[in-house]
Amino acid sequence: MITRIAFLLLALCLACGSAVAAEAGLVIGSKKFTESVIIGDIAADLGRAAGTNVTHRQELGGTRLLWDALRSGAIDLYPEYTGTLIHEILAGERIPDAEALNAALARRGLRMSRSLGFSDTYALGMTIENARRLGIASLSDLSRHPEIRFGLSNEFLNRADGWPGLRAAYGLPLRSPTGLDHDLAYRALTSGAVDVIDLYTTDAEIAADHLVTLVDDRHYFPGYDAVILYRIDAVRRYPAVLASILRLEGAIDTSTMITMNAQARLEHRDEASIATDFVRDRFAIVTEDHSQGLASRVVQRTLEHLSLTLVSLAAAIAVAIPLGVFAARYPRIARGIMTVSGVIQTIPSLALLVFMIPLLGIGAQPAIAALFLYSVLPILRNTTSGLNGIAPGLRASAIALGLTPWRRLRRVELPLALPAIFAGIKTAAVINIGTATLGALVGAGGYGQPILAGIRLDDFGLILEGAVPAAALALLTEAAFDLAERLVAPRGLRLETGSGI
Amino acid sequence: MIEFDAVTMSFAGIRAVDALSLTIAAGERLALIGPSGCGKSTLLSLLVGLVVPDAGRILINGAALSPQTVIAARRRIGYMIQDGGLFPHLTARDNITLMAGELGWPEGRRAERLDALATLTRLPQPMLDRYPAELSGGQRQRVALMRALMLDPDPIILDEPLGALDPLIRADLQDELKEIFAQLGKTVLLVTHDLGEAAFLADRIVLMNQGRIVQDGSFADLVARPASDFVTKFVRAQDRRLVAGSTGSS
Ligand SMILES: Nc1ncnc2c1ncn2[C@@H]1O[C@H](COP(=O)(O)OP(=O)(O)O)[C@@H](O)[C@H]1O
Ligand SMILES: [Mg+2]
Repeated sequence: MITRIAFLLLALCLACGSAVAAEAGLVIGSKKFTESVIIGDIAADLGRAAGTNVTHRQELGGTRLLWDALRSGAIDLYPEYTGTLIHEILAGERIPDAEALNAALARRGLRMSRSLGFSDTYALGMTIENARRLGIASLSDLSRHPEIRFGLSNEFLNRADGWPGLRAAYGLPLRSPTGLDHDLAYRALTSGAVDVIDLYTTDAEIAADHLVTLVDDRHYFPGYDAVILYRIDAVRRYPAVLASILRLEGAIDTSTMITMNAQARLEHRDEASIATDFVRDRFAIVTEDHSQGLASRVVQRTLEHLSLTLVSLAAAIAVAIPLGVFAARYPRIARGIMTVSGVIQTIPSLALLVFMIPLLGIGAQPAIAALFLYSVLPILRNTTSGLNGIAPGLRASAIALGLTPWRRLRRVELPLALPAIFAGIKTAAVINIGTATLGALVGAGGYGQPILAGIRLDDFGLILEGAVPAAALALLTEAAFDLAERLVAPRGLRLETGSGI
Repeated sequence: MIEFDAVTMSFAGIRAVDALSLTIAAGERLALIGPSGCGKSTLLSLLVGLVVPDAGRILINGAALSPQTVIAARRRIGYMIQDGGLFPHLTARDNITLMAGELGWPEGRRAERLDALATLTRLPQPMLDRYPAELSGGQRQRVALMRALMLDPDPIILDEPLGALDPLIRADLQDELKEIFAQLGKTVLLVTHDLGEAAFLADRIVLMNQGRIVQDGSFADLVARPASDFVTKFVRAQDRRLVAGSTGSS
């Protein structure tokens, strides 16, 4: 019975899985922050204008994850910054100029576009009024105003290439600046509590709060030019698509990027529709608006989420029940199996997901593998304890009747352990549904996608769009299992537990 | 014919059966009796291969019990475990016919056999569709007996078949069991802790203590020619209970 259900689920999920895989084409990745997602969406629109399938795996994670995904071929390109390449990713190598950078990338089968037209780097900013009043336009102007109060983010204060280096380079006053949280810094600045803060040059707040960034006239800050980083083999596989995407070179200036960031962060507009507008205005390409309605978004995420859960759960059932039977029969091996799966259970889900990426790449597979590992233990443990919990007299009766070990298992032991096994599957399913929200971190989609986006954009409504269906699905699953439990459990067993003396 | 040949069986160093030899002839009805924990159940478990002896041999009709022969041997033995051991997830009918179904008996043959057994044990037909939890204690024992008898086995070995029943039902069932044994004419090995029941149902009584046979003979032998002090004490203890019981009720 259970095996039949498991097979059905497995077949169903393999079907949805292969349907998703067939549609991939060129794969674009983006980092887990707004600007990267917008550029990813724009690149996807431009790629689609060339006519081939293009997939955008949004908000995969941080720099390291995107870099690894690109090198392994899980994605074909993603937006990156030259400064990040030089100072973070390739920090171990000496890269004095653009030529050296291109050579270092080529050695790894990668190439980068020319600058997209803007640079996203550290800068110092002031309110326009203050800057005008004091006559400050550049960083060197600051040294003439010892009375100025700095409010700097803790990270900037502590980085060697942040405040310490900047103060030395410009001979700034020694008065110790106030350490602030980056998000609070804007409020401190506009309320007049501080005069100068550090910021990123494309921060949405620059336009919204009427700030100016001071000119880095001694070229202290390294260039963080935005580029498209891509695999050289993508040129061969998708020449037209890539050519279309590379039209972005020089196409986005700083103020345009700031405006787009502001639309996403301050007006809560969908990145896809911001990208659509940009591509229409800049390239006169009209793409269908990919921003879906709420209902179809939820439906799509439900399908993604269900397919993660169903595939991993079905695989876990198919593995854990036989393993549990084995463990019940050989107690010494059982201890080993339980220890291993217990240890897996204690690995934080985020870490487990990240472990999976080098093995399985990006997308549904690593998420399914991690969920599978999490689902095995509850089913395994309940199968073993259910079988071990069978009354010795019943076990002896089955043996004495002359049933072979296999038939004994099928006719007597598994049916008697069924309620316990079922409870294990239920536990696994509920854990699985909750944990699957983390799948969005590795590009698996599902309800985690809007939750992640909501956290990033500080948009509570978007968080709810993922969290509410996820909770509903967990409750629904629990209720469905309770119902199924009543239908599946042999009547005789229900009578027995019901008639406790 | 069943032979135990110097069989020893220990649990965690304690000898439950201690170098015990016993031969039971075909068609004989033998009752194993003795205080609780003296090794009666263990002896039956050895016969169906639920436990393997540390030393000694067990022969059924001259063939030694071995891992190769044990499954076939079990199917020829009608074993009723202490407390019945009915499977709670199966109806009475499915409990009884489980093994016959596994052996590929056609539906008709199973139904016919089930009918005959219901008549023999006087179990009302409607009870067959009930689950063990829906049956009375007496009915459960009848179903367990039917299951043991389903494949028309020889020998029949019963471990305290009437142990947990109240006295009235117990007396009824003793009468019925005696009748069933007489009708079947099979070898019977019956465990009981009640001397009266042993004398009533069996021709030969084997009294055990601490894994050994203390006396082997008829009821009259046990009373008139006790082999040891233990036998005298055991018989007197059972006797006193009977006397106390009768004076208490009068
Ligand atoms: N599965 C077992 N594990 C450990 N000890 C056992 C087991 N079965 C029986 N014994 C011990 O073996 C002895 C004989 O038990 P048993 O044959 O059940 O006695 P009886 O049926 O005569 O009451 C007792 O001391 C009992 O505790
Ligand atoms: Mg016993």
